[in-house]
Amino acid sequence: MNRTLATAIVNGLLLALAALSLFPLVWMLSVSFMQPGAASHFPPPLLPADPTLHNYRELFVRAGMGRYFANSLLISIGVTLVSVLLNTMAGYAFAKLQFAGREKMFRSLLAVMVIPGQVAMMPLFLLLKQMGLVNTYAGAMVPGLAGVFGIFLVRQYARSIPDELLDAARIDGASEWRIYWQVVLPVLKPILVTLAIFSFLGAWNDFMWPLIVLSDQSLQTLPVALASLSREHVQDNELMMAGSVVTVLPVLLLFLSLQRYYMQGLLVGSVKG
Amino acid sequence: MSTRTAGWLFAGPALLVIALFFGLPVLAALALSLTDFDIYALADIRNLRFVGIDNYLALLQNPLFWKALGNTFYFVLVGVPLSIAASLGAALLLHAKVAKFRPFFRTALFAPVVTTVVAVAVIWRYLFHTKYGMVNWGLSSLGIEPVDWLGDPHWAMPTIILFAVWKNFGYNMIIFLAGLQAIPEDLYEAARIDGASGWKQFRHVTLPMLGPVLLLVGILTMAGYFQLFAEPYVMTQGGPLQSTVSVLYLMYEEGFKWWNLGNASAVAFLLFAIMTAFTSGLLWLARKRGVE
Amino acid sequence: MLWARLRACCVPVLLLAVLAGCARGDKDKREVVRFWAMGYEGEVVAQLIPEFERRNPGIKVDLQQMPVLSAHEKLLTAFAGDALPDVTPLGNTWIAEFAQLDALAPLDARIAATPGFDAADFYRGAWDSGVVDATTYAVPWYVETRIPFYRKDLLQAAGVEEIPASWAQWKAAMQAIKREVGPERYAILLPLNEFEPLLNLAIHDPLLRDGGRYGNFRSAGFRQTLTFYKGLFDDGLAPKIGNTAISNVWDEFGKGLFSFYISGPWNIAEFKKRLPPELAEKWGTMPLPGPTGPGASVAGGTSFVIFRKSQHKDAAWKLIAYLASPEVQIRFHGITGNLPPRRSPWSDPRLANDPYAKAFRSQLERAVPTPQVPEWERIATELRIVGELLVSGRLSVDQAAAELDRRADAILAKRRWMLDHKATELAR
Repeated sequence: MNRTLATAIVNGLLLALAALSLFPLVWMLSVSFMQPGAASHFPPPLLPADPTLHNYRELFVRAGMGRYFANSLLISIGVTLVSVLLNTMAGYAFAKLQFAGREKMFRSLLAVMVIPGQVAMMPLFLLLKQMGLVNTYAGAMVPGLAGVFGIFLVRQYARSIPDELLDAARIDGASEWRIYWQVVLPVLKPILVTLAIFSFLGAWNDFMWPLIVLSDQSLQTLPVALASLSREHVQDNELMMAGSVVTVLPVLLLFLSLQRYYMQGLLVGSVKG
Repeated sequence: MSTRTAGWLFAGPALLVIALFFGLPVLAALALSLTDFDIYALADIRNLRFVGIDNYLALLQNPLFWKALGNTFYFVLVGVPLSIAASLGAALLLHAKVAKFRPFFRTALFAPVVTTVVAVAVIWRYLFHTKYGMVNWGLSSLGIEPVDWLGDPHWAMPTIILFAVWKNFGYNMIIFLAGLQAIPEDLYEAARIDGASGWKQFRHVTLPMLGPVLLLVGILTMAGYFQLFAEPYVMTQGGPLQSTVSVLYLMYEEGFKWWNLGNASAVAFLLFAIMTAFTSGLLWLARKRGVE
Repeated sequence: MLWARLRACCVPVLLLAVLAGCARGDKDKREVVRFWAMGYEGEVVAQLIPEFERRNPGIKVDLQQMPVLSAHEKLLTAFAGDALPDVTPLGNTWIAEFAQLDALAPLDARIAATPGFDAADFYRGAWDSGVVDATTYAVPWYVETRIPFYRKDLLQAAGVEEIPASWAQWKAAMQAIKREVGPERYAILLPLNEFEPLLNLAIHDPLLRDGGRYGNFRSAGFRQTLTFYKGLFDDGLAPKIGNTAISNVWDEFGKGLFSFYISGPWNIAEFKKRLPPELAEKWGTMPLPGPTGPGASVAGGTSFVIFRKSQHKDAAWKLIAYLASPEVQIRFHGITGNLPPRRSPWSDPRLANDPYAKAFRSQLERAVPTPQVPEWERIATELRIVGELLVSGRLSVDQAAAELDRRADAILAKRRWMLDHKATELAR
C-alpha cells in the first residue's frame, strides 16, 4: 500500500478515535458553563451561548461540593499513604526475604485476587459496625489499605534488585530495617510513584463502598455525592456536568502529569508477569 | 534479626489487613449464605435460621436471578470481544510506523480510563437522551429515527456495553502496545521476504506472539466485566424492564436495599463460582491451543 | 531521608484531618440534634429551623437531606450500621417496619408530659399510622395523598363538561382529550418507573390477606384495576415511559403533553412556582376517580420518630413538638403546599381558601393506609415491576395478578414463619 495513503488512513483513524474518546469529556466541560436549562434543547448546543459560573457557584455554595472534595481528598491521601507503605514492605518481603512458606503464601494471595471484592462487602460492613468504624473516615479507608495487586506490582519490580547489594549491606552489619529504608526504597522509587497513583485513583474513584459505609452526608465523597445529586436533580443537567467536572478533573490532571509512571506500572504488572 | 523474622515482619501488616478485612469477611459471607439472615435477624439475632443450601436452590429457581445472569452474560459475551478488538485495533494503529504524534494519541485514548464511572455515566446518560442527546441529533441529521437508548429494553444493554468499551479500551490498549513492541522486528522481516501480505503477517506473526498477552487481557477483562454494577446503578437503575440488572446489581439490591444478607451472599458466591468456571475454561482452551 | 519526606507528607494530612474534625463545629457547646429529612419538605424545613434554635438556644439542629428514592435504603443501612440520626420524619408506610425492628423509641410518655400537646387535634387516620401494638411511635408531620392535577382548559376544549368521578367517566374524558390533542400528545402521565400511580388506583381493594400473610392480588377488585390501568396504555392515552424520559415534568404539563398527572400536594407549590403566569387559572386538582365513583387513595405522608439509640431524645422531642405545633404547621403549609395532619391549621384562611387544597381535603377522608407489614416496600417494588411487564404486553392481566401473588407470597414467607413461631411460643 502507498505510504502516504497508509499515513493518512492510520492517522485519520487515530484522530477519529481520539475525538470519540475526548468528546464526552470536552462536552461535559462545555455544558458545565452553560446557563441552567440551556442544554435541554433540540438541537443540543455544543458551546455555551452565554457562559456562566452559576453552576459551579450552586455546587459549592448550595450543594456543599467543597466539603465532599475535601472528604475525597482526605480519604484518598490516607489510603495512598498507608497502602504504599504496607504493600511495598510486603512486596519486598515476597521478592527478597526468605521466610518459611513464602511461595505458598504468595500463590494463595494470587488466588485471593480472583475473588470479587463485593463478596466481602456486607460482612465487612457488619464487622466494622462491631468495631465502631461505620460512618467514619477510617471505615471508608479500610478496604483500600492493602491489596494483592499492589503487593504483586512491587514484588515484580523488587525482584530486579541484585541480591549482592543486599548481602553486602548485611555483611556490613546493617539491620533489615535500615537496608529497607536506605538501600531498597530508593531503588523502588519509580514503582512507588506508580503504586501511589494507582492507590489514589482507586480510592478517589471508589463508589460502592463509600456509598454503603458513609451515611452522614457531611462525610460523603465526590462520586457518592454526584450519584445522589444525579438522582435528585434529574432536571438540572448543567449542574450535574459541573459536578462531573469537579470529580474528574483532579484525577485527569494527576494522570496527565504522572502518566509515564502509571503506564509503566501497568506494563510491569501485566506483561512481565 | 534474621531475614526470616524480617520477612514475616515486613509482610505481616499487609497480610493482616488482607486477612482481617477481606479473608475473614469472605468466610463470613460463605457462612451467611447458609442462613436466612435478613432484616428481622439484624434486629434480633434469635430470628436467624440455618437453611443450608436453600438460598442457593431458591436462587436457581428465581427467574430474576436467571435474567440477571443472562444480562451479565450478554454484557460479557458481547462486551469482552468488542473491547479487546477495539484495544487491539487502537494498539495496532499506535504501533504503526506511519503513526504521528504518538504521545498525544496515547494520552487521549487512555483518558477515559482514569475518569470516575459515576461522573462519566452521568455525561453518557445525557448524550444518549432521547430528545436532547447528541447521539440522536447525529442520527437525525443522517435521517435515522431517534432511538430511546436508555428507555427501550432492547437498547439499554447495548448502550451500557458501548459505554464500558469506551471507558476501558485504553487500558488494554497499553498492554497490547507493550506486547506489540516486544515482538522482534526480524520476524516481520522474514515474513516479508517470504512474500507475506500485511494481513498474513498479522495472522502468522503478530497474533501468535501476542498469545500470552491476549490470554491475560482476556481473563482480566472478562473478570472485570462479570462485575458489572456501577453503570446500571447510575444510568438505568436496572431498568427498563430489568434488562440491565446484572448479577452484582441483584446482589446489591438484595443485600443493601432489602438487607437479605443470606440471599445476597449466595448470589455473590454463585457469581464467584461462575467466574472461576469461565476463567478456568479460558485457561484450558488456551493451554489446548498451546498458548501458554 | 525518605523518612523526612514521609514526615513532610504526614503533616499536611494530619492538618487536614484536624481541620476536617474542627469543621464539624466542636467548639460549639450546644447539644446537637441530628435531623435527616427527605424530599422537597426536607429542603423547606431548613427555613423553620432558625426560629426553633432561637427559642431553644442550647440546641443546634444538624439538618441533612436525603433523596426520596434512596431514603429507605439509607435508613436501613444506617440502622444496620448503628448510625441512625436522632429524629427523622419517617414515611408512614415504613413505620411498622422500623417498629418491628425495635428501632424506634415509644413516645406515649413524652406526649403525656408535654403541656399543650393536643393529641386529639390530629386526624384519626394520620395518628393511627404511627401506633403499632397500642404504642405510639410517631407524631404526624404532614399527610399527603395522590390525586390528579389536570388542565382545565384542555378538558374544556375537548368538550368535557363535568369533572369525571368514576373510571368509566374518566376514560371517556381522556379519550375525548386524546381526540383533541392528537397522536403526539397524551391524556395522562403514568410513569412506569414509579409504583405510586398503580398503587393509588389499586388501594380501594385490600392488597394482602390473612393478616398480611399472603397476597390478595388475584382478587376481582385488583384485576379490575389492572384491566383499567392497562387499557389506558393500550388506547394510547398514556405514554409507555418512565419519569426519566420526561426532561421536566412541570414544563411538559405546561406544554400540554399530558392533561392529567397523579401527584401529591407538594406539587401545588411547584406548579405555582414553575408554570408560566398565563397558565395560572388553567389548572386544578380533582378527587381521584374510583371504579364506581370517587375512589380511595393511599394515606401517605410522614411522621416524626425518635430512634431508640439516640442520645439526645429530649432535645429531639422539643424539635418535634415545635414542628408539630399549629402555628408552625400553617407556616409550613404556606411554603410547601403540604397538608397539616391536624384540624386546627385547616381553619386558617390561607389553607381554608386554597382552591387546590380543597380536593386534597376531601380526598383525605377517603385515604386508606397501605398494609402495615415490614415487607411492604418490597412488595410495592414488585407491583411496579409487574405493572411494567403488564403494560409492555409481556403478561396478560390474569398472568400479572398470579405473578404478583406468587412474588408477594415468597416475600412474606419469613413473616409467616415468624407469626406462626410467635403463636406457638405464646401457646406454650
